Amino acid sequence: MTEKVEAVSVTIDGTARQVAPSTLLIKAAEDTGTYIPRFCWHPRMRPVGMCRMCLVEVETPRGRLLTTSCTTLVSDGMVVETESEVVKKAQEGVLEFLLINHPLDCPVCDKGGECPLQDQTMAYGPGESRFVEEKRHFEKPIPISDLVLLDRERCILCARCTRFSDEISGDPLIEFKERGTQTQVLTFPDEPFASYFSGNTVEICPVGALTAKPYRFRARPWDLQAVESVSMVDSFGSKVSVQTSQNEVLRINGVDNDSTNQGWLSDKDRFIFQAVNSEHRLKLPLIKKEGEFREATWSEALDLVAERLGAVRGDKVAGLGGAHSTNEEAFAFGKFLRTVVATPHLDARLGDAPEAHFLAAVVPRARVSDLESAKTILLWSGDLKEELPVLYLRVRRSVCELGATLVVVHPRRTGLDDVASHVIRYRPGEGPNALRKLSSSAVGDGDYVAARAALNEGPVVAIVGQTGLGEDPRLAEAVAAFARDLPEATLLPVARRANIFGALDMGLAPDLLPGRVSTSNEAERAGIEQIWGPLPMDTGRDATAILEGLRDRELEALVMIGSDPVRDHPNPSLAVDALTAAEFIVALDLFTSDSVSYADVVLPVAGFSETEGTVTNLEGRVQKVNRIVPGPGQSRATWSVLGDLSRRMGGELGATSAEAVMREIAVLAPAYRGISWDLLDWGEGREGIVVPGLEGNQPLQYIPVDPGLQSKAGRYALHLGRVLYDDGVLTRMSPSLGALAPSARVYMHPRDADELTLSAGTALRVTSRYGSVTLPVAIDPSLARGTVYVPANLVETAALGADTSVALEKPNG
Amino acid sequence: MPDHPLILTQRMEDYPADSHRLERYEATGGYSSLRSALESIEPEEIVGQVKESNIQGRGGAAFPTGVKWGFLASTTPRYLIVNGDESEPGTFKDRQLLERDPHQLIEGIVISSYALGVNRAFIYIRGEFPKSARRVQRAIEEAYTAGYLGKDILGSGLDVDITVHLGAGAYICGEETALLNSLEGKRGEPRIKPPFPAVAGLYARPTIVNNVETVSNIPWILRRGGDSYAAIGDQSSPGTRMFSLSGHINLPGNYEIAMGITWRELIYEIGGGIPDGKELKCWIPGGASAPWFVPAEHIDTLVTKDDVARNGSMLGSGAVVVMDETTNVVAVAHRIVKFFAHESCGQCTPCREGTTWLERVLGRILNGHGRAMDLDMLLDISDNISPGLRWPPAMTTICPLGPSAVSPVVAIMKYFREEVEAMTSVRGDR
Repeated sequence: MTEKVEAVSVTIDGTARQVAPSTLLIKAAEDTGTYIPRFCWHPRMRPVGMCRMCLVEVETPRGRLLTTSCTTLVSDGMVVETESEVVKKAQEGVLEFLLINHPLDCPVCDKGGECPLQDQTMAYGPGESRFVEEKRHFEKPIPISDLVLLDRERCILCARCTRFSDEISGDPLIEFKERGTQTQVLTFPDEPFASYFSGNTVEICPVGALTAKPYRFRARPWDLQAVESVSMVDSFGSKVSVQTSQNEVLRINGVDNDSTNQGWLSDKDRFIFQAVNSEHRLKLPLIKKEGEFREATWSEALDLVAERLGAVRGDKVAGLGGAHSTNEEAFAFGKFLRTVVATPHLDARLGDAPEAHFLAAVVPRARVSDLESAKTILLWSGDLKEELPVLYLRVRRSVCELGATLVVVHPRRTGLDDVASHVIRYRPGEGPNALRKLSSSAVGDGDYVAARAALNEGPVVAIVGQTGLGEDPRLAEAVAAFARDLPEATLLPVARRANIFGALDMGLAPDLLPGRVSTSNEAERAGIEQIWGPLPMDTGRDATAILEGLRDRELEALVMIGSDPVRDHPNPSLAVDALTAAEFIVALDLFTSDSVSYADVVLPVAGFSETEGTVTNLEGRVQKVNRIVPGPGQSRATWSVLGDLSRRMGGELGATSAEAVMREIAVLAPAYRGISWDLLDWGEGREGIVVPGLEGNQPLQYIPVDPGLQSKAGRYALHLGRVLYDDGVLTRMSPSLGALAPSARVYMHPRDADELTLSAGTALRVTSRYGSVTLPVAIDPSLARGTVYVPANLVETAALGADTSVALEKPNG
Repeated sequence: MPDHPLILTQRMEDYPADSHRLERYEATGGYSSLRSALESIEPEEIVGQVKESNIQGRGGAAFPTGVKWGFLASTTPRYLIVNGDESEPGTFKDRQLLERDPHQLIEGIVISSYALGVNRAFIYIRGEFPKSARRVQRAIEEAYTAGYLGKDILGSGLDVDITVHLGAGAYICGEETALLNSLEGKRGEPRIKPPFPAVAGLYARPTIVNNVETVSNIPWILRRGGDSYAAIGDQSSPGTRMFSLSGHINLPGNYEIAMGITWRELIYEIGGGIPDGKELKCWIPGGASAPWFVPAEHIDTLVTKDDVARNGSMLGSGAVVVMDETTNVVAVAHRIVKFFAHESCGQCTPCREGTTWLERVLGRILNGHGRAMDLDMLLDISDNISPGLRWPPAMTTICPLGPSAVSPVVAIMKYFREEVEAMTSVRGDR
């Protein structure tokens, strides 16, 4: 009973309503059936009461007063009129004021048809204008970034965009300039609106003032068909609305839901559809003859694959990929490899993520919503702003709006350092040292002691992942083992790739069976074997070991599904050697990526928005992705391709549809029991269902090693960190995003640069044990001395491989 | 000679050459109030004296200062801000107090800080007043050297520091919450109240914002007692106050007077009447925001807070702008509306768009392109900024700037509608 929140009684337009205390009047009215018009108010941002559209009359001891319902909290006994003559006149007046300088170019405005100003003018506005003066003019539209254009004549100055970039995304690059009738939104001189979240401002703009290049003049809202789905850009699982016209995806918008993205998206989530629509998509199967791909029929291609794979002993075949697939596709892939091919060598990771059992099964696992009640957040992972931008927004909200204390441990400045209370820097490779200092509160310098003290305030949410690509991925497990003992702690393991968590849950790792079951769990294994038949007994290889096995010719054939080790594995030269040495490679993919070009047979498959199924995000939330367009050409669904292939190889996947695969998952995978498409589409699973963690404390296996055991290619520590816009194939195939990839630099501390007599822009040769690259120097005072930072996954930096130390020298010097 | 003491201006009357210097201030009894306060008066007692004096804020709103002080939240740190952003057209009294008796203000600040438990005070001075700022800054330096400011003032253990901040040319920063934003380095935009500054003001800390003239009265009130102050002039708005007379008047300037005289006395005796023997057409009794008065209705009403309010206007910042019979009232209204349109911060729709619309319609009428329908339209636009066109105004806006722009429009329609109509029919009825 103590939990019960007392309701207050508010009388709105003559009817009494019971609403929660401390609710804004505009929200209380809306929740109880009275819509009050508004422009500036947005439920996810602080109210400002600027547009004045939501004026209502409230009874006070001084009589009825006009007040903005977006800035007024309800109180018991409050009496409100939302439709009195005074209110109507005030609202009509505000609309007339908003319209006098508005260009009324609705027929050529992208917002027309879904424009709050247009809609509310219809509903509440005056019939015609009394304004006969010349309207206000601005140059229009002006680009304020590579993606967004601004039309200041259409702008009604609601400050949604400026507040979003200040309050929510933390990059206040747009602001009001001038005053009075000359007030306008603008960027600062020479500083474009280069935000990873700029598309959100376009979406929440209540008029057509902000437009995004990828959608401008492409469609009218009433021509669009929409379906809800889940973004497959990263593992956060943001809810999206995919909007199409004439079988082409034209726009992706965010969908507000409390569980995950709260309506927001990264620009990568939003504009990645350009890759789906790319003309470079594979449309026909390809067979390599004399070094050249030639188009083939599906029968030819599948026959060839079945013949070549059938000719190799099962455990000489390996499978890579599945992290960009749906759970159904990943499950089919795993079943195909383990039962039809009969190989234990499979991995959805690419040597760039913590251990599979840790990612899939660590407990107690945090939910994203735990960030709402966290007192302290420990962030020891990659830079969330670059890797999981919407999770970055949630952490930022937790700190800035809800008052959580943030502790960041990272080799260089992250996007969240600005709002962190404690920041600990360490040199890559020396993570175990940093962890030891943090866990023993008695020793260490002041930073560690203060951070440790903060971590003693629960509930703690620990976000744990691989900090840099060269670092030992098992460090995350050691950090988790420490964090698990903090007060009321929960753990959120992070890895970036879209459905990596789903793929691991489907058993796409050498040590995992479907449903978060360890291959060494005899009882569960036996249960699966009852349905699937006997499973390979050998210990399987992970991604790096698979590539090494191919390079060393211990493995012969490779099946890849949406996998690009040449671009994505931290050690690209190993990937190239492996793919070159492989006897036979079949790739199921959307594009001829760098890795796919080594394949012998390429099979075109359906991608995002072309395939129906489920995905599982980093908290274990299973959500439905939906199909709204057909794939290009003869591309087919992955599960059906694998089914055909199995039959040709004398096996049977038993998949008659993706939904049938889901039904098998629900039977076979313990964690997924009870989940069905129906439940996710129509039932309680509309916002997804979080699959349960395993019972009891899993042992965390990694014991921190002393630094120094790792390689020493030179005396500088190397931090290889991901950037949001990299040279990955999906980014490159999205014209708007591909252009945003940063140019590669080697970042170093100013005093290290001075020591080597280097300045910004000087060319510097960086050598790891795998290779050398020559890059211009950039100065970065946030790095620890003796550390250099190089962005990973850019063409220019690939040769460096995954190392933690490098030698530096001036070229030809 | 007036029959009341010159609380604020006696020193500058007597010693025009150096009333702003510390030696002169000390030689004429300055800082004695502070000394005795620190020696023998408890802070609560000072607040009590200010309440008893019934002094009302001189920035325009005339809110009782003692009551405002009583609202100050008890958390620390808290701040005192002196509002010297004097920008209301027609007002120039604070500038004189800043330039010619800065120590009187500083003494008032230190006493108030002591009373309010404040250790850091700010003086926000209008950007166009560089001389005022220089004088105040020099006086502050003198006061630090003499031990009236800084650590352990006069050995009492009290610490008070004063920071002078110059505005950057925005009228709206005279509105106390816009001033707070400006002082914090943000855009000068009024905040939504509540919370009031006394609860969450500068940097979200409890803050008192008082006008220059208000604070300048504090040393006298403490020296003579709140009751003596309350006994001066009109009982509903006691004490003396500064009036700035300007426009068509023979003796323009600042006058410190006790309230309770008639407008006829103010304009014709103190102000010396209208130049060239012309007739008085109308006047603005309390700054550009205030509704206008006309001789037929108001010349023998009283210059008191209550009487002016009863007649639908306010004494505001004490700026009296006098207009003779030759005045083109449409041009005056246009100029005032143009001022407010230019000074609108731009955040609320009705003010941002409405004031400019009013300005442009008035400008069109002045240029001979008025239409008969424009008159009622002007009133209706005004009504959408200030519903009901009442006084004190109802508002569709956050702050009163928008409604201020409505005052002259309502005034010319109320008293001079025929003149406006005549202008709209210059080119025939269209």
